[in-house]
Amino acid sequence: MTGDFVIAVLATAIVAGTPLLYAALGEIMAERSGILNLGVEGMMLVGAISGFIVAVATNDPWLGVVTAMVAGGAMACIHAFLTVTLKANQVVSGLALTLFGAGLSAFLGKSYIGTPLAKPLREVHLPVLSDLPVLGPIFFQHDALVLLSFLLAPALWFWVYRTRAGLNLRAVGENPAAADSLGVNVFLSRYGYVILGGMLAGIGGAYLSLAYVPAWMENMVAGRGWIAVALVIFATWNPLNAVVGAYIFGGIDALGFRLQTLDVAVSPYFLKMLPYLFTIGVLILVTRKNMLNRIGAPGALGQPYDREER
Amino acid sequence: MSGLRPVAFPWRLERSLVPSPAMSVLVPVCSVVLALLAGAVFLAFTGRDPWFLYGEMFSGVFGTRYGLFETVVKAIPLMIAGLGVGLAFRMRLWNIGGEGQLYMGACAATWVALTFPDQPAWFLLPGMFAAAAVGGGVWGLLPAIPRAYLGVNEIITTLMLNYVAILWVDYLVYGPWRDPAGFNFPLTARFSPEAILPTLGDSRIHAGLLVGLTLALILYVVLYRTRWGYEIRVVGDSPGAARYAGINIGRNILLVMLASGVICGLAGMVEVSGLAHRLQPGFSPGYGYTAIIIAWLARLNPLTVILVAFLFGGLQVGGYIVQTNGVPATMVAMLQGLVLFFVLAGEVLLKYRFRRVRDPRAEVKKRDR
Repeated sequence: MTGDFVIAVLATAIVAGTPLLYAALGEIMAERSGILNLGVEGMMLVGAISGFIVAVATNDPWLGVVTAMVAGGAMACIHAFLTVTLKANQVVSGLALTLFGAGLSAFLGKSYIGTPLAKPLREVHLPVLSDLPVLGPIFFQHDALVLLSFLLAPALWFWVYRTRAGLNLRAVGENPAAADSLGVNVFLSRYGYVILGGMLAGIGGAYLSLAYVPAWMENMVAGRGWIAVALVIFATWNPLNAVVGAYIFGGIDALGFRLQTLDVAVSPYFLKMLPYLFTIGVLILVTRKNMLNRIGAPGALGQPYDREER
Repeated sequence: MSGLRPVAFPWRLERSLVPSPAMSVLVPVCSVVLALLAGAVFLAFTGRDPWFLYGEMFSGVFGTRYGLFETVVKAIPLMIAGLGVGLAFRMRLWNIGGEGQLYMGACAATWVALTFPDQPAWFLLPGMFAAAAVGGGVWGLLPAIPRAYLGVNEIITTLMLNYVAILWVDYLVYGPWRDPAGFNFPLTARFSPEAILPTLGDSRIHAGLLVGLTLALILYVVLYRTRWGYEIRVVGDSPGAARYAGINIGRNILLVMLASGVICGLAGMVEVSGLAHRLQPGFSPGYGYTAIIIAWLARLNPLTVILVAFLFGGLQVGGYIVQTNGVPATMVAMLQGLVLFFVLAGEVLLKYRFRRVRDPRAEVKKRDR
């Protein structure tokens, strides 16, 4: 009984952590290039609703995922144009993206509230792995987006730390002037990684509406985009650390959800506060630890690059 | 090759440190117009008639007594919260927690109103204002402490506290504070008449308007006429210079976030005491977030915040009006986001200026030398 409960909580932690993982991985790539994008929440919301609309219309959840990717990327494009080309304030532009995304998704989703999704993303059965005792139900009895995220995080880690392109990416984020003088196209790569970040945030949003819930509810992302931004700091801008962080946060989410079903004497409103309070607590601890270990954000994070001002 | 002559264009685009006054007005005005145009394109895409809807909004807001009065009513919390977050923004402190501070202010004021229902107004109203200031102030100060001493990102912490505050109010109105005579609706009991702000005649415009206008004047004087305001602006414009000048940045972070939270808390107080007369879930449709757009559009000037708040109040009312035409009121939230995009894009124009050049060729020669 207790063993089953622990396995169930851990399996839910993986599922609840998956949207956070996609969004955090995307934000890591954007921030590595020096662009802070606080529009993750908005991009996830637009991804969630656009994916849902297309999945309902076509009866194909994968078309929904692709649409969410494109929509998230398009949203990120606005941010890239404002912050890279026009050198606007990145904090305010990201906030604008979140506010716009919240309004846009609520507007588009109004008539989809309560609409059932006939074909959500379904569990994929892997030979051998899914049948493992304990590990199987925790890690391998999920839908394909969860399984893909297992591969995506190490792939991005390899990209950032072990390839020439990743070296250029880190240079652009640390010292764009130096990267520029070595012939790296700072503007193009910042556009590219910000848009990649938006596409991954879009997938994260679509995961909520196509697999996790699966339905559309207004503001259904409920701060997960912001938790993903906090996760980037927790992960010290390293894609592999983001996996750990996403599942811990997913676990908090899952625990609150599971405890509600157990009739604990704590009000459900307090259980729902857990992920937010936990984020604040972790952020304080991690900021302190990073300060002591001298781990910092990419050197040029948040600063527009202007050739004229070199 | 004498065929390649320098272009004799008599205007130059160059960097300018101080934005020109004309541009400072033109950019926000144009961004609102362009946002409405972009919104129109979008509305047309979704199969609606944008000009008809805008017409309905305009005539509904400006053409009727109801619309005009309701615009003022909606502008009250927006202007107060806009002043609150704008003060923090002036110091480059990103207080995104206006919404939570508003909720905590309303919550604390409600506690006073429900705990002392038999007290006279001279006790209740100041008591509620004081409680709201404490509630909002604490909620602003909480994220300021780790920010000041450890450099913990205040954007995320203030935002997380919004969700906590909203859930806290949900807990109260669904639980201990639920009106026993309220037919199980999630509402607190109605405030006693002594705990209700006076209104203008029989309209819904309440004394919160005076609170907003007074706060704007005070903030303007503080920011531009006092030493503290000068410190805030120096820290905001150039933290390095501020540190060099011996300004205590940590102390200012605490003070400014406290003040910002207090002001947003007051916005919550006037909303429950002046309008709802009770605490209920979702009493703010995101005023704390709209306030961010208002503060930025007003270029963080407290007096301009008042004007912009009326504009956004009108937009909010317009959203409710077009709802009767089957358009979700969230259309307005989308338009507000668009406004912020265009303001940001327009700010590039403020960083540059056109300068007329008397003799363009001489100018080019001079430059080439």
